[in-house]
Amino acid sequence: MSVNLTINGMQVSAPEESTILEAAEAAGVIIPTLCHHPDLTDVGACRMCVVSVEGARGLQTACTTPAVEGMVVETESTEAREARTFVLEMLLTDHPNDCMTCEADGDCELQRWVYEYDVAFPDHQGIRHDTPIGADPSPVILVDMNKCILCGLCVRACSEVQVHDIWNFSQRGFTTIVVAGANQTLQEAGCLSCGTCVAYCPVGALFDRPSQGWGRAIHQKKVRTTCNYCGVGCQFDLNVNIHTGKITRVTATPEAPVNGMALCVKGRYGYDFIHSEARLTTPLIRDASVVEGRFPGFREATWDEAVALVAESLVHWRDTCGPESVGYFSSAKCTNEENYLMQKISRAVSKTNNVDHCARLCHSSTVAGLATALGSGAMTNSIADATEEAKLYFVAGSNTTEQHPVIGRKMLKMIREKGTKLIVADPRRIELCDAAVLHLQQRPGTDVALFNGIMYEILANGWEDRAYIDARTENFDVFREMVMMFPPERAAEITGVPADKIREAARLLAENKPAAVFWAMGITQHTTGTMNVMTLANLQMLLGNIGVPGGGVNPLRGQNNVQGACDVGALSNVYPGYQRVTDPTHKAKFEEAWGVEGLSDKVGLTIVEMINAAHTGDLKALYVMAENPMTSDPDLNHVREALERLDFLVVQDIFMTETAKFADVILPGACFAEKDGTFTNTERRIQRIRKAVDPPGVARPDWEILCDVATAMGYPMAYPSPAAIQDEIAAVTPIYGGVRYWRLDAGESLQWPVTDDAHPGTPILHVGTFTRGKGLFTANDHVEPQECPTVEYPFTMTTGRVLYHWHGGAQTRRSQPLMALSPEPLVELHPDDASRLGIAEGDKIRVTSRRGDFIARAWLTDRVALGLIFGTFHFPEGNVNWATGAFLDPQAKIPEYKVSAVRVEKVEG
Amino acid sequence: MALSEMSRLDARREQAKQHWQERLSADLYITIGVGTCGYAAGAAQSLDAIRAELEKRNLQATIKEVGCVGMCSYEPMVELQAKGRPRLNYGMATASVIPEIFAAYFEDAPLVTGVIVGQVQDTATCLAAGTLHSLTFVDPERGEVIPFQHKQHRVVLSNCGLIDPECLDDYLALDGYTALSVVLSDMTPEAVIDEITASGLRGRGGAGFPAGVKWRYARATQNWPKYVICNADEGDPGAFMDRSALEGDPHSLIEGVIIAGYAIGAQHGYLSCRAEYPLAIRRLGIALAQARELGLLGANILGTDFDFDITIKEGAGAFVCGEETALMASIEGERGQPRPRAPYPAVAGLWNQPSNVNNVKSYAYVPRIIRLGADCFKSLGTSSSPGIAVFALTGMVNRPGLIEVPMGITLREIVYDLGGGVPDGRKFKAVQTGGPLGGCLPEEYLDTPVDFDSLRAADAVMGSGGMVVIDETTCIVQFAKYFAQFVCDESCGKCPPCRIGSTRMRELLERITIGQGKLEDLDEIRRLATGMRQASLCALGQLAPDPVLSTLRHFEDEYRAHIVEHRCPAGQCRELLSYTIDPDKCVGCTMCARSCPVNAVAGERRQVHVIDQAVCIKCGTCYTVCKFDAVVVR
Repeated sequence: MSVNLTINGMQVSAPEESTILEAAEAAGVIIPTLCHHPDLTDVGACRMCVVSVEGARGLQTACTTPAVEGMVVETESTEAREARTFVLEMLLTDHPNDCMTCEADGDCELQRWVYEYDVAFPDHQGIRHDTPIGADPSPVILVDMNKCILCGLCVRACSEVQVHDIWNFSQRGFTTIVVAGANQTLQEAGCLSCGTCVAYCPVGALFDRPSQGWGRAIHQKKVRTTCNYCGVGCQFDLNVNIHTGKITRVTATPEAPVNGMALCVKGRYGYDFIHSEARLTTPLIRDASVVEGRFPGFREATWDEAVALVAESLVHWRDTCGPESVGYFSSAKCTNEENYLMQKISRAVSKTNNVDHCARLCHSSTVAGLATALGSGAMTNSIADATEEAKLYFVAGSNTTEQHPVIGRKMLKMIREKGTKLIVADPRRIELCDAAVLHLQQRPGTDVALFNGIMYEILANGWEDRAYIDARTENFDVFREMVMMFPPERAAEITGVPADKIREAARLLAENKPAAVFWAMGITQHTTGTMNVMTLANLQMLLGNIGVPGGGVNPLRGQNNVQGACDVGALSNVYPGYQRVTDPTHKAKFEEAWGVEGLSDKVGLTIVEMINAAHTGDLKALYVMAENPMTSDPDLNHVREALERLDFLVVQDIFMTETAKFADVILPGACFAEKDGTFTNTERRIQRIRKAVDPPGVARPDWEILCDVATAMGYPMAYPSPAAIQDEIAAVTPIYGGVRYWRLDAGESLQWPVTDDAHPGTPILHVGTFTRGKGLFTANDHVEPQECPTVEYPFTMTTGRVLYHWHGGAQTRRSQPLMALSPEPLVELHPDDASRLGIAEGDKIRVTSRRGDFIARAWLTDRVALGLIFGTFHFPEGNVNWATGAFLDPQAKIPEYKVSAVRVEKVEG
Repeated sequence: MALSEMSRLDARREQAKQHWQERLSADLYITIGVGTCGYAAGAAQSLDAIRAELEKRNLQATIKEVGCVGMCSYEPMVELQAKGRPRLNYGMATASVIPEIFAAYFEDAPLVTGVIVGQVQDTATCLAAGTLHSLTFVDPERGEVIPFQHKQHRVVLSNCGLIDPECLDDYLALDGYTALSVVLSDMTPEAVIDEITASGLRGRGGAGFPAGVKWRYARATQNWPKYVICNADEGDPGAFMDRSALEGDPHSLIEGVIIAGYAIGAQHGYLSCRAEYPLAIRRLGIALAQARELGLLGANILGTDFDFDITIKEGAGAFVCGEETALMASIEGERGQPRPRAPYPAVAGLWNQPSNVNNVKSYAYVPRIIRLGADCFKSLGTSSSPGIAVFALTGMVNRPGLIEVPMGITLREIVYDLGGGVPDGRKFKAVQTGGPLGGCLPEEYLDTPVDFDSLRAADAVMGSGGMVVIDETTCIVQFAKYFAQFVCDESCGKCPPCRIGSTRMRELLERITIGQGKLEDLDEIRRLATGMRQASLCALGQLAPDPVLSTLRHFEDEYRAHIVEHRCPAGQCRELLSYTIDPDKCVGCTMCARSCPVNAVAGERRQVHVIDQAVCIKCGTCYTVCKFDAVVVR
């Protein structure tokens, strides 16, 4: 349905429920606004969009007035123009006249309209706002309330996009001012430093503090790219100063398909590692005689020398000790193209499937579990439909608001605006719990029992989707028999979650369909990880929630390109597109495609297995690209010994990482801002990254380095550009068959499977039928975690990350704003445990397991249950992985990071 | 079922009427006005004094605490009725005066400090189809209705001062809730709306929008739940109509709101009352509990299938919350800021649901219109503004107070006949109608009829009923500045024209009052006014310049005197005054020199004194203390 109206004498047709402003914009008529943004609720405050409407008393605000049939609107009437001029004059009487030095110059809506309406800066002696500039100590948000025009966009952005309500109005009348919290500093008020308010501020009242003085809008080139932190796949513009060639700022764009204007603190403010002084700028070769300089123990080398040494060593160990003596760590931080090349080198040149990457450590159990149950191991639904269409979210083992902040905030927005219900299953009382109708606080490592208990209740009440089960699944009876062994009382006994809550969860799931299940490391990083995932798949099949909008099984992938690295074959068991190395037809296909013979048909070693092989001396040479096992792998003492025992280690990275310190050769790579390529986000969306700046020194894009190494190893590899690599990926990878740069650059947003150049992509998997045909119900029994608390090690330690840091911290620890916000590692400890141990807030504590120990400061909080502690692996010191163990899930080989038995003691001094 | 509930109410009413009659024929029946005004004047102490006096005289009495009768200058007011004696109302009956009043009443002793307001004549006035009880004071000597009441027609205030506002039976005895019974048993919602429409009732909050039309819109919107909202956020300086009605007769409002709920199809009502009215809120709370207990609120009211309940929402006392969209934001727990219309509340109001907002008085008229009939209501007032209206008459008048008069009465009648004119023989200057968003009207407009349209034609407005009289001692620029400052204080700050424009307006007026004004400032004031009116979001900003503009329209000369001659004709602008000593009159008593707080006066004993103009702060102390009229103010 549409309405017809007349705007400035033009006949205009607009969709029903349009405002005058929307109708006008669609017709190409520009109406000035200051307080309007299409993302946010309209409030009609600024009075700039007033227009004349025939028959209406007085001027009407175009942003709030509905367009109705037959309406006659004049946007440029004398009255409307006079009113706008008056508004601008009034605003200027309370605005500093400092466009000359204002950061927002050239990017300021007030300036724009004052110029267009030719309003002179008024000469008057009246009062003005006079608040100290930049008084708020936030390291990321520069506040100058003298420039504030009280449009309220920051207030609404914080409330409606971030769902955090930090900003609000205080006072009344002329003295009205926007304040944080109860007139506190931003951080006191609980600000998450995401900078969304800055993104919406139309003037210079809020600005990105790290960008202050780095160059104004007119001097910036904007380069659209994809964030290099988590797997959400946010897009934004890197702003590059055209004079200095430096990245000065990250700005959000409404065109970003996943995130729109929303970003988190890391995406918006964590970019300054790019220009860090600590970047690697030249190849380095181990040389004990060097004792001074930036990198003692290493000498600078030319590319030719370094590449030759690497190639020679890799060839040597392949030829002397066999292909299995060589291994490759590929990288979830690198592009699809680079990962493709690395696995190609491993397989085609070194003839080994010993290629793996950190997906092994985060979601290998997801891939294994979902491949078994459904036939493909990725998030089934899109972020948009899973968050917007679901009636209920079941979030298990995902601290979404900290680890996938843009998705977490979107959930909170839907919970607030649409009343979507939320069940959280997590041993910690994470932020999402505040918005949840139910929090199931299970003992770590008891997920199977918890989910089985819920499914028992569903089956006991006949709430399962019988028709769906009959039509689309198999093995139901075996599954049912297992579930019937988990009455809620028994599940309660195992998990520590009261039986009533388990029943309540079942009822909520039955009453609110579709429900979308989300999970992350809390589910996967267990010795039962694969079973945990299959149990969740069981739950969703039982309810008929897979293959529908608003439903699905939705693993939230961690790294920016962990999905893509898996997709293009950086896994020890599959070629690109999950084609098994053990399948002769696939072997033949790739031998032909790559022009080689003798590809290995043996599944290679996984990450942890390669470390173990290095420890035993079976693995001689290891090529690590942008991975940092010395922070991210479990049992770091063991990893250190393994790295020390390697005969040859090459590390290709952007920083001297903890792992690089053990290397024989270090190759300086380029970060995401310095090269072209593609990342695939958690919802299987393939997106471009684009080169914005040059790499430092002689550092080079990783794909170029890999080509040179392969060529030097005797396998000539030359691609004119990453686009050409992608064309090769498309040719050998059915699910990427239609992924082409020309499509992506034309604005298409593709989610695999994209089978050919005409295929539009697949937002939802398993619609109508599962990838494997019938969905497979599996019977999963409860298995206790590998380590349970003992008298000597009475605490259970679980691990994870915080909002402000990323993974091993190589990047975020080199970002000044992020370090200012979160300078050191903290271990969460229950206050009652702390008082029993005589530990006070901020005390240094030692955490010791059977394998090692680390020291960090205590944060006393009831986010953790009694007997549970939580720590992170962002900092080399205070890294939980000195204490974690490499107990592996038998199928996926994922280590059980989430459960370790430890003891906690106070450290004096 | 319905029948039995209705008859139960009828039975209760019959009992209440009987009690009412019994009380009137008691040996001694005493009432005392305990509105906020009465308390402020000392009614609580008077009550103690009455009890003491009764004990002393060994008398038994029925004492009723009643609402305010609107005669502010006579508070506290006490009424005595003993068997065989006239029913007399005494004013200025503070605690110390109580013995004197008893002596006067019982022993015919002379009254010294207290006054007789009048002999009370109860009360039942037959109006068309129904009966309306109210108080009438008759001058005992002349036998005429006292001048203050002469032209009044108390309808919405009829119960005020007559009944105990905390006693449901009092309300029932005077036919309370009969309108609700009639509505629920005999009328469809449409019939109710038709009746209100036929009465011509226009919203008494000030805008004068026809209530029936508004109700019909809200009824027509097919979206539930719907809400009925009573705007009891009375914020005009010098206005206390709603407060008195709430304090003196809360059930009338509640009955009106329930009927409105029935008419538009709502199940819930909100009374939004400012927290600065604690007594009103307390009495409303009591009344709601009573109504609930009697089944007049809640599920299945009077045995019908109509469910309705009411919640009191205490506001933080922002003037702008009298604007309906700001009021709804406040009820939602948001900052009290207006929202643009459309959509109008009848379509999307409180929590985006269809809502009807009316003022206290509008709702309180509803049960009377149902009882007396639309025609009766319409027969009063003018054709375009039917009925009666309540005003709070304040300022420079001899008899300030709360009055209820038929529409169409002239300003002159209100100021002179009811208000008794300007005190002390000073000259009338203007009357401000419509509160801080209204306009002032000078002498030549005194014969303007008081109704929505006539006042608007005269560039003043009806508003919610504030009426402030000023005389020649009031500086018109200061008067305008007062209203400009009021808007500065009360602007919510949401839109720039109001937020900043009002401040600039006040600054200009401030400059004029301190002698720094320029003639161009008058144009600037007019320009600001135009901009604010055109561009502001709500009526507060749009109408804020009106009081200033109207003073400029009628008293431009006085502005010019400030600007051009640096002279304040009313002698109020301190910075424009100069104090000098007339050498012919000064005897050198040194009193002024000794009193001057800044030692600006020099002079030896028995010699002529001189004021140093550079030091003088124009506080006026010298002028006050001089016994020889030697200090001259210019």
